[in-house]
Formats: sequence, C-alpha cells, structure tokens
Amino acid sequence: MSGSAPTREVARRVFAREFNDAGYTFKESDDERAPVYSLLPTGESANRVFFVGTLTEKEDVGDDSEYWQGRIVDPTGTFFVYAGQYQPEAASTLRDLEPPAYVAVVGKPRTYETDDGSINVSVRPESITVVDATVRDRWVAEAAERTLERVARFDDEGNEYARMAEEEYDLDPETYKAAALSALEELASEGTESDAGDATDSADAPEA
Amino acid sequence: MSELRQHAEEIAEQFSDQLDVSPDEVEERLENLVTEYRVPVDEARRSVINSYLDDAGMEREELGRGGSEEVRVNDIDEDEQWVDLRVELVELWEPRSDAIAQVGLLGDESGTIKFVSFDTSELPELEEGQAYELTNVVTDEYEGRYSVKLNRTTGITEIDEEIEVGDNAETVEGALVDIQSGSGLIKRCPEEDCTRVLQNGRCSEHGQVEGEFDLRIKGVLDDGEEVHEVIFDREATEELTGMTLEEAKDMAMDALDTTVVAEDMAGDLLGRYYRVSGPTLGRYVLVNDAEEPGQIDAEAALVKARSI
Repeated sequence: MSGSAPTREVARRVFAREFNDAGYTFKESDDERAPVYSLLPTGESANRVFFVGTLTEKEDVGDDSEYWQGRIVDPTGTFFVYAGQYQPEAASTLRDLEPPAYVAVVGKPRTYETDDGSINVSVRPESITVVDATVRDRWVAEAAERTLERVARFDDEGNEYARMAEEEYDLDPETYKAAALSALEELASEGTESDAGDATDSADAPEA
Repeated sequence: MSELRQHAEEIAEQFSDQLDVSPDEVEERLENLVTEYRVPVDEARRSVINSYLDDAGMEREELGRGGSEEVRVNDIDEDEQWVDLRVELVELWEPRSDAIAQVGLLGDESGTIKFVSFDTSELPELEEGQAYELTNVVTDEYEGRYSVKLNRTTGITEIDEEIEVGDNAETVEGALVDIQSGSGLIKRCPEEDCTRVLQNGRCSEHGQVEGEFDLRIKGVLDDGEEVHEVIFDREATEELTGMTLEEAKDMAMDALDTTVVAEDMAGDLLGRYYRVSGPTLGRYVLVNDAEEPGQIDAEAALVKARSI
C-alpha cells in the first residue's frame, strides 16, 4: 500500500453545522496516546479539520491566564475555537485580530460535556491566519464538494464510519447535503452580484 | 464478453508458447471453481494459472503476460504488473547481495525508477548510458515506492536512441496547512558536497561548523483527501514570500532570533491554497512553480456539486 510511511492526518473539510453535531469521539487503538477522532455524521473520521470563515467575536475567557475564545462563522453555522498558553501562536493571533475578519483555521476537534449532559464540540487551533474572500469562497466550494461526496458514499457497503454514524447518531445525512448545496447556491448568487459591481473589469475582459 | 471469459483468454494467451490450451478449456476450469466451489475470481485465476505452470514445468516468474503493455516509468502505480519499457540505464549501484546481478536506475521521459535483476535469471549485463527496450518486466512496490524486476523472460534489446530522462514531475494542489520545523532562515553545512541543515550549529556529519544561511520552506499541502509534503528552495521561497535571503537575515538580526522568519512566513502563507509542480524526491515535491488558484468559479462548482 502506498502511504505506509508514517502519515499525517488529513484535515477534513466540514461545515460548522455538521462539525457541531459530531459529538461522538473514538480511538482506533487501545494505546493511551493513540489519536482521538471525532465522528462526522456524514460518515467520516476527523482528527484534524481545516476551515475558513468570518471571525465575528473574540473574548478572553481565561481565569488566571489568557484563554481566547473565537466565534468563526461559515454559511451554515458557527465554529468555536479556544486557544490558550499551549497554542501561543493561535492565541496571539486572536488577541491581535479585530473582528470581523476572514480567517483560515487548522485545528483538532475537541468535545466536552456540559453540566446539563449535552456535548459541545469546539476546535483547538494549530494555526489561525488572516485570509481574503478568495480563499474563503474556495473553501466554501471545497467543503460543499467534500460533504456531498461523503453523503453520496454514505450507503456504500463497507463504509464503516457511516455505519458507526448510524449507530451513534440519530441524524439524517441529507440535511448536511441540503446545507452544503444552499451554501454553494448562495456563493454562486453572490458571484453574480459582485460581477455586476465590477462592470469596468468585465467590460475589459473578452469572453474567455 | 463475461469477466471469466476475459480472464480465460488472457490465461490461454499467457501459455500460448508453452501449452496447447484453448480459452474454452480455461473458462471451464474457472467456471467450475467460481460457480461450483464459490472461489473468488482472483483466487480461481491464481489457482488455474498455477496448475498450468505445473503442467508446463515453469516458474511463476517465467510467465509472460500475453502482450504486456509499454508504459512510462512514472505511470507505474501498481505492483505485480507485467510491463514493457523503453528506457536508458541512468546509473548502476553496488548490489548488496550475491543474489542480485544488477541494481540501479532506469529512466525515460517521465522520470526514473529503480530496477533489479537477479543472478538466477542469467540475463546479459546492461550498461550505463545505453538505451534499451525491455519487455516483460514486473513491477514491485515497497513503502509506496515502485521498482521493476527483470526476470528470465525479460527481453532486452539495445536501441540506438537518445532518451531525455525526465524528473518525475508532479503537480499537487491544496491548502497549506502546516509549515514544518527546519523552515524559514536556516543554516547549512559549508563542507564540500554537504548541504545538511544544521541543528543548533551542528552538522550531523561534520560537527560544529560555521554554517551558511539559506531560505527554505517545508510545507504540507492538504486537499481534504490527501496530504503532500512540499519543499520550496531559496529561489521558490523568495518568489512565494517576496522576502529575499538578505531581508530575512536583517529581520532575524533585528529580533536576535532566526525563528521570526518562519513565523512571519507562516502568517502570510498558512491557510491559503496553492498549486505547485516540480520533481518528486521520495515523499517530497520539490517546488519549481507555485501559484494561487485564484477566484473560484462558483457556478461551475455548483453544477459539479449537483452531479455528485
């Protein structure tokens, strides 16, 4: 098999709505240090995610030391990221940033149980960087495509994570498909509007 | 044509020189195993081939594949395939075992690939710099890297041709999700032919040395399905970041710290999408060209998404 050399975990593309529903976590081995995966409801394991959205609020919620919370919004919902002393670069980025801003985040899914017994899902960032609208749009399209691919594979025989998702969740993958499609539709209609605003540009450019 | 029929014709063709077997006869034997005895097709095929090998008194490696296909070395991505190559012998290495007659690198326009020939195959010796047409070589794989094995049935024909050996160039695309340690402003060992990157001023081969500054980025491109490790050398790094080696040295000097350079680059590059191309070296792509893919065509993405 190719990739039998030690491999890095792929960063999954998942919209906030699905990510926040991914409250079930598991390990692939009994080893104490084995990586923890969160189970995406569309039937995939995620040890790392990559997303791009708008940082709308940030707040230092730490008691003794700094602990930054950021709310990052995509077309379907809100990601919560938390960065403290063990994520110094991400924490300092959050400290310095003025919302609103487009940011790209690479990070690990984390879950915790609240006092009322529900599971909250958040992201522990490895990096947070400021990006522009071009990167954000590309991510929306990419996340939509990957989500739709996962939904399309859901009923495949031998799709073990889909079977696990059926077992652990009472969530219909079709809802994530609908959310992904409407995110893309929104993007496509925004595109038409901004084209209209750029009348000079499009007039100069011959049809390619 | 049914799947079994196809297998049957291939098997009959493979033995056409040694045995008088008809595709019908082979199909019947396959059919018997698959339908009567519920053997998976692959296993049935294997078993039938083995029995014909016995009949013909042949070893498995002597088995030619009826008309094996001519391929480019960089297109080889599966093991145990019988292929033909038009290649130049790029270099010979020292065999590490008596069982190995020759080992080295073959190359064609697409790139290079390791080859091995065994003493027991009793093949003529190949010469460096000579171009050959090789038929019936078998592909092999180890930890994701491919090689070819010559065998007793391999046909070797010298050809009078200049082959321009390629560099296994590859294009990969994705979001830059990590910049690894050993990136930014680094120091390399100044000893002749040693370009090792120093760790705390030490070269793993030459010990404490003065070191020469260089720029590089070891990054990870991730498209959500696969990760690719990529290396930008000084030229590619300067082009990507717009920061020259001199500017990087000034920046490190001001901060009294070389790590600020990589941090500065990370802030500008992480989380953005890149399409890069260049030769592969092991698991790395050595970047020659890099570009940002630009504005997404949302309409096209929507059409594609609806078809999934």
